[in-house]
Amino acid sequence: MKWEAVIGLEIHVHLKTRTKMFCRCAVGALDDPNTRTCPVCLAHPGTLPVPNKQAIEMTLRLGLALGCRVAERAIFHRKNYFYPDNPKGYQISQYDEPLCLNGRLRLPGPDGVAEVGITRAHLEEDAAKTLHVGGAEGRIRGATASLVDFNRAGTPLVEIVTEPDIRSAEQARRFLQVLRRTVVELGISDAEMEKGSLRFDVNVSVRPGGSDELRTRTELKNMNSFAFAARGIEREIERQIAIYESGGQVEQETLHFDPSREDAPPLRSKEEAQDYRYFPEPDLLPVEPLREWSLDELRATLPESPAARLERVLAAGVDLRDAEALNAEPERVSLFEALRDAGIEAKPAATFVLNDITRHEVDPARVNGAEVAKVLRDRDQIPREAFDAAVAASATDGFSAEEYLRERTVADASELDPVIDRILSENEQQVEAYRGGKEGLLGFFVGQVMRETQGKANPKAVNDRLREKLAK
Amino acid sequence: MIETLRLTAEDAAGMLERGEVSAAELHGAYRAAINERDPELHAFLTTVDEVEGEGVPIAFKDLISTRGVETTAGSKILAGYEPVFDATVASRCKAAGLPLLGKTNMDEFAMGSSTENSGFGPTRNPWDPERVPGGSSGGSTTAVAAGLAPWALGSDTGGSIKQPAALCGVVGLRPTYGTVSRYGIVAFASSLDQIGPITKTVRDCALLYRIVSGRDPCDSTTVELPEPVELPGGEDLRGLKIGVPRELNETEGIEPGVSDRVNSALELAKELGAEIEECSLPRSVDFGLPCYYLIAPSEASSNLARYDGVRYGHRSAGDGDLRELYARTRDEGFGDEPKRRIMLGTYALSAGYYEAFYGQAQKVRTLIKQEHDALFERFDLLVSPTSPTVAFRLGERTQNPLAMYLSDVLTIPSNMAGLPGLSIPCGLSEGLPVGLQLIGPQFSENTLFRAGHALEKALGFDFVPERLR
Repeated sequence: MKWEAVIGLEIHVHLKTRTKMFCRCAVGALDDPNTRTCPVCLAHPGTLPVPNKQAIEMTLRLGLALGCRVAERAIFHRKNYFYPDNPKGYQISQYDEPLCLNGRLRLPGPDGVAEVGITRAHLEEDAAKTLHVGGAEGRIRGATASLVDFNRAGTPLVEIVTEPDIRSAEQARRFLQVLRRTVVELGISDAEMEKGSLRFDVNVSVRPGGSDELRTRTELKNMNSFAFAARGIEREIERQIAIYESGGQVEQETLHFDPSREDAPPLRSKEEAQDYRYFPEPDLLPVEPLREWSLDELRATLPESPAARLERVLAAGVDLRDAEALNAEPERVSLFEALRDAGIEAKPAATFVLNDITRHEVDPARVNGAEVAKVLRDRDQIPREAFDAAVAASATDGFSAEEYLRERTVADASELDPVIDRILSENEQQVEAYRGGKEGLLGFFVGQVMRETQGKANPKAVNDRLREKLAK
Repeated sequence: MIETLRLTAEDAAGMLERGEVSAAELHGAYRAAINERDPELHAFLTTVDEVEGEGVPIAFKDLISTRGVETTAGSKILAGYEPVFDATVASRCKAAGLPLLGKTNMDEFAMGSSTENSGFGPTRNPWDPERVPGGSSGGSTTAVAAGLAPWALGSDTGGSIKQPAALCGVVGLRPTYGTVSRYGIVAFASSLDQIGPITKTVRDCALLYRIVSGRDPCDSTTVELPEPVELPGGEDLRGLKIGVPRELNETEGIEPGVSDRVNSALELAKELGAEIEECSLPRSVDFGLPCYYLIAPSEASSNLARYDGVRYGHRSAGDGDLRELYARTRDEGFGDEPKRRIMLGTYALSAGYYEAFYGQAQKVRTLIKQEHDALFERFDLLVSPTSPTVAFRLGERTQNPLAMYLSDVLTIPSNMAGLPGLSIPCGLSEGLPVGLQLIGPQFSENTLFRAGHALEKALGFDFVPERLR
């Protein structure tokens, strides 16, 4: 039987606000422990939350970027649970009336565009960080003490939940990549996994291809990179298929990965039916975004969608790997497209941006694409040094291809052949030796030709012509 | 020697203004009264020696956070806890120059109607020390009634200002929800908690309400008052239409003596020019109490989750894992009533029960609000007894939580609707004070003060407990 994977994602993104979600503490999860705290985020008795307007605005912009509907009225709920990282005993989150819902992301890939539904994007506060000391590997088992750092407590967090529309680990990886670009380019988050400002959980199940049933899913937690996640999902899909094929049943459980040891098998835990006793947060009024914001004005602040940009680059004929690399910076794509407009083929244009521009640490945003395209077009005829100099100078004011094109070399056989013929006839002994097997002499001939042409000959063309003639 | 028993805050302010007494002397006089009478009454949990400010001193219910001054909310779980910040109402009193006299006793986390649920022992009624002062703000009402403080702040969730004010023969205002900041108030039920003044006179009540009310950026649920607070002066009730809801005046359990006093007050109101008419709140009284006992415990179960021994307050000694630490800390720290309500609330919010309990109660709450709103299209005020009974004996209701809960049956309905209510003393029954409850539409505090003041003048109630005269 052919199996199909059904994957949904839950992504948490730290917002880059100046202050925390419900108090005026500066955001600084990584600063010295417990230096970014106040009575509100430490849940001292009597303290009350005041929502961060900037965080709401960022969430709305993200929602719009993901094609969501912005709710007329959104509610904060309390999610109740006991843990030392949760000082109030409840997390202020959103439940059945989130800020943004029913979005859609067009996810381009090598096989065309897949649509991934965005169930919701909601705003909540992050928990504190607990550190278990005295035990092995910082785990709670065997620890002699648990320490809590409240710096992170109350950091604004957007949770984005997708529909189970993703069909492969690779697609999941690509979705996360595009989503990450989206939040970064919106300027609402650094979305750096290593700093914990982007985290995600993956829900995985499989079903017979073509069916629309939803089978038991498992949840993958704590993965520390997109590639790691893709491998984890891959393995989980295979595991589930193997279970079904041997007549078994997949059990609902959570797989906790150890982010510090990618090769370690995940810890499995039964999914407890945790009852969070959600109820509307009575300390906060409902948020009515349409009263306070103009969606049109917010929309006008959105940068180009990285998904749409990726789609264009792929459509131009760039392979996925290069396309994603280009898409990692919008300026790269702009330069790529400027080169294309100037008539450069997709492959050399992409290679130029990814290799040459990057190698010379040139800012692609400042490169004059039309001008540099002239140099690129005649790359074969320009000495390497001159080409490199052109690339290095391509971002400077008043850059002109002219002075580099003057270095253009002679590659035309009709110009090279008379010189080559003369040198071969003047060096019959060496020609004999070459043909006798001393192929190292090719360099000698090249040198002669270069000297004769005062370096104007194109080395590659000279090489090619010489080999051809000497082979006779 | 300043006699504090009869001194109103307004009179005290006048003495300060005229230089007849210094703020320190005034503070000292009340401290002397506390030393003299509080050993018997136990209105105070903490007293303050420093005199900060040049105004009339004040006492705070012990759930109002006071920087550097122990704030327990009447619970052992917060014994020794000193806030690092002032509640907004405390800062406003400070800004107005009111020196703090101390923190008053209360039912633990404001859960109770007799102040017997305090983790630190009960407060006694100054009219009869064998009786309760009501609650949960019983410490504050006792302090004011016994001349231990010229005025005080209390909090009212289901009736915790109005009911003890009635039982102690003082004036208590539960303001419109959202007009006084809750920032720094140890939370019981967030959607119902309101801070309000407890005073000897309605004018004092208006003066204190003026100081503490108004929008606070730290409390998102607060609003600016639509009109400034007016000090009442008029002595008639001409033009006022007063509704007398049958259900609030005829409910089973209202003592005849209480009804008599309220009816006399209504007669007086008529003489002062008010139009009086019977009306009905068919659902509010029947459903108010049960809905309150779903919503308040639900919110409380969440609000009290923070007392876990990790950051402040009581922490159980001994070894064990996290769950044990939580369980022992909370078992040792909380008294029976918070435990009971945490369990009730946790149950009411549980998956599968939420819609039937909490969700349903919220819908009924909307109905109660609508029912009141409809009456306020015809009436300026509604009137009823504040408490069905006069002060009851200590221990009389402690073994029967339901009987205790019924103490608030008349104050809860308007509280559920977010409406302001003023309780003023309207006479004695069996030698104990009876409270008259005036309920108005949202933001009608000025009307309440006007009516309360006129009635107070006409009633001529002597607020000094007979045994202390």
